[in-house]
Amino acid sequence: MTLAPENGGTSRPSGFEGEGETSPEKLLVPVLSAFWDEEKSWTLDVYQRHEGYEGLRKALAMSPDDVIAYVKESGLRGRGGAGFPTGMKWQFIPQGDGKPHYLVVNADESEPGTCKDIPLLFSNPHSLIEGIVIACYAIRSSHAFIYLRGEVVPVLRRLHSAVREAHAAGYLGENILGSGLDLELTVHAGAGAYICGEETALLDSLEGRRGQPRLRPPFPAVAGLYACPTVVNNVESIASVPAILNRGKEWFRSMGSDKSPGFTLYSLSGHVAGPGQYEAPLGVTLRQLLDMSGGMRPGHRLKFWTPGGSSTPMFTDEHLDVPLDYEAVGAAGSMLGTKALQCFDETTCVVRAVTRWTEFYAHESCGKCTPCREGTYWLVQLLRDIEAGKGTMSDLDKLADIADNINGKSFCALGDGAASPIFSSLKYFRAEYEEHITGRGCPFDPAKSTAWADKPAEVNA
Amino acid sequence: MTTSSSERSVGLGMPQLPAPGYPDDVRARLERDAREIITRYPDSRSALLPLLHLVQSEEGHVTRTGMQFCADMLDLTTAEVTAVATFYTMYRRRPSGDYQVGVCTNTLCAVMGGDAIFSALQEHLGVGNGETTDDGKVTLEHIECNAACDYAPVVMVNWEFFDNQTPESAKRLVDDLRAGGQVEPTRGAPLCTFKETARMLAGFPDEREGAVEATGSAGPASLVGLRLARGEGAAARVVHPRDGGPHDEPGNAVHEPSPAEHLSSHDAPQDTSASDSAHPAGPVAEEGQ
Repeated sequence: MTLAPENGGTSRPSGFEGEGETSPEKLLVPVLSAFWDEEKSWTLDVYQRHEGYEGLRKALAMSPDDVIAYVKESGLRGRGGAGFPTGMKWQFIPQGDGKPHYLVVNADESEPGTCKDIPLLFSNPHSLIEGIVIACYAIRSSHAFIYLRGEVVPVLRRLHSAVREAHAAGYLGENILGSGLDLELTVHAGAGAYICGEETALLDSLEGRRGQPRLRPPFPAVAGLYACPTVVNNVESIASVPAILNRGKEWFRSMGSDKSPGFTLYSLSGHVAGPGQYEAPLGVTLRQLLDMSGGMRPGHRLKFWTPGGSSTPMFTDEHLDVPLDYEAVGAAGSMLGTKALQCFDETTCVVRAVTRWTEFYAHESCGKCTPCREGTYWLVQLLRDIEAGKGTMSDLDKLADIADNINGKSFCALGDGAASPIFSSLKYFRAEYEEHITGRGCPFDPAKSTAWADKPAEVNA
Repeated sequence: MTTSSSERSVGLGMPQLPAPGYPDDVRARLERDAREIITRYPDSRSALLPLLHLVQSEEGHVTRTGMQFCADMLDLTTAEVTAVATFYTMYRRRPSGDYQVGVCTNTLCAVMGGDAIFSALQEHLGVGNGETTDDGKVTLEHIECNAACDYAPVVMVNWEFFDNQTPESAKRLVDDLRAGGQVEPTRGAPLCTFKETARMLAGFPDEREGAVEATGSAGPASLVGLRLARGEGAAARVVHPRDGGPHDEPGNAVHEPSPAEHLSSHDAPQDTSASDSAHPAGPVAEEGQ
């Protein structure tokens, strides 16, 4: 991994330029995942053996404003989907306003396909806690919250344990490491609602209300939790901060590109030979990840995939070489999102996939905004008809029209997310929709898509 | 503790009677827990979601009595509490089994076999979505994406992970649950009952010996990138510890899709409180009562 030139524009680490470079040792860079295979990786002992809480010590030796500036200069961008610069979010918190400030960590990982924060918290919860202490020192907060989705009890257990350990070791509580910083950390379990991953719905939920998004402005940085200045950050964003403080912003910027620097977790899933977590510099391509991990399952080829969860417009095999960073994925017509690389092979019916996603959005729409609430309902009706062979050609235009009436017309991005798979699947696979209509049904056999479809059959008496 | 359904069998448009309270000893114990939860938040109302988990840990579902208790503790109206309790899917509104078996049928898991697992379990158990077996052990549900796509298809039992499932392994799983033996997930701690799980969600740590350590540092799929980065070669396909791998499920249950079959069996949109006439979410008492 060579350093990117100072004026390098969008230059990438040299590994990406070598033709056919697929050596995982060169392409991958485990940081957050570096010791997940060690015994008791989730404990304070193991974390400290891997320079845990060293970043905090360095941060506490700086002034809070300098910590904000340092994180801003590192170029770290939000890992929850939108990619907003983390340091800038911190900088927006008004200082000296006499109000309490809050940090709320969004651990409501629910975007279909997304599965990075849950394994991260299961194996390495202290990276998040250290990041929280650093962030609270920077934004002058004395109470932070982890809003964890409720459906992941194994992670809740380890967070409870890690918070207890951090308290006992003096990393939480009063006068942390003699710095004068007091910090309480509350682990809060949600109760099952995808919408609470949206930051303002999350705040309403944390205030004990139905999780419904708020109209912005005011933004949470000005009027967030209890109408006080609040930073809402994704788990992986905050967990990346300690390493930046400890190893330096130059080290961080030596990975990825100028505008998308650093490392991140890519989650490979679906019809691939090696599903799992791959930590790499931003800008790796799906082709590189598949080449190093055994490709698609034997005998099959990639049909469509999402770069960052179901809310990001789908890609096809034409996009295998798109660098997976914020700019390049955007330029190719999608969004980096959560880097949830869900790969589907040629056995998968795209109409079935989109119908199921749309049913999800209809189920999870909070109902506040009419376009999303009504639009997702009608999309489901049309899609179910098409999938069952009862659709008409005009339904395809109607789908696009409804999606257009949802997109950008609601308070939050759930509606936009619901429109994404509709638009993108019609763009790349309109013929397949038409086939369902003219053929009066689905031409695919779902049994061929299952994980066990190609396994040798055993004789079961 | 629950209201009998006969109370509501004739709809005369009359407001319901107030919910009965908890017995004194139960109430005293829950109040102690509730006060501890409330101290964790700068504003008491933030304790509502954990308090609903707490009352669910008492009765296995959120009853009118439980909602009245939350309202009393937080100085809210029962309408405010009901509005929240009916918004979130983890709060059950009817008595259910000790073990909630949730099959992920969001797109990726569904395609990888979640649909087949869900229909196999419905047939095997003789229950539909959201229904409970006669012995009161297992409530079957389809669930949304649970952030474990690299272990698809996934089944959750009381919100512990059962990764890389097949119809056969899932059937064995529910048989084991109904037989009453100790069942262990692929990621998470040995199962406890739904009520005990709800107590953890209310914010009371699992104090069982070995619960935090159970199933080790990380699941196999979480480590594939790390192992490759160390030059340890291509990752082996994850093996399901419960049954020695997904290989044991032959394609013997070959799915023959008929033209009439509706492959997409989601029930979106779900029943709302208004449409669920058997379990209305009406106020438990007149305001100010």
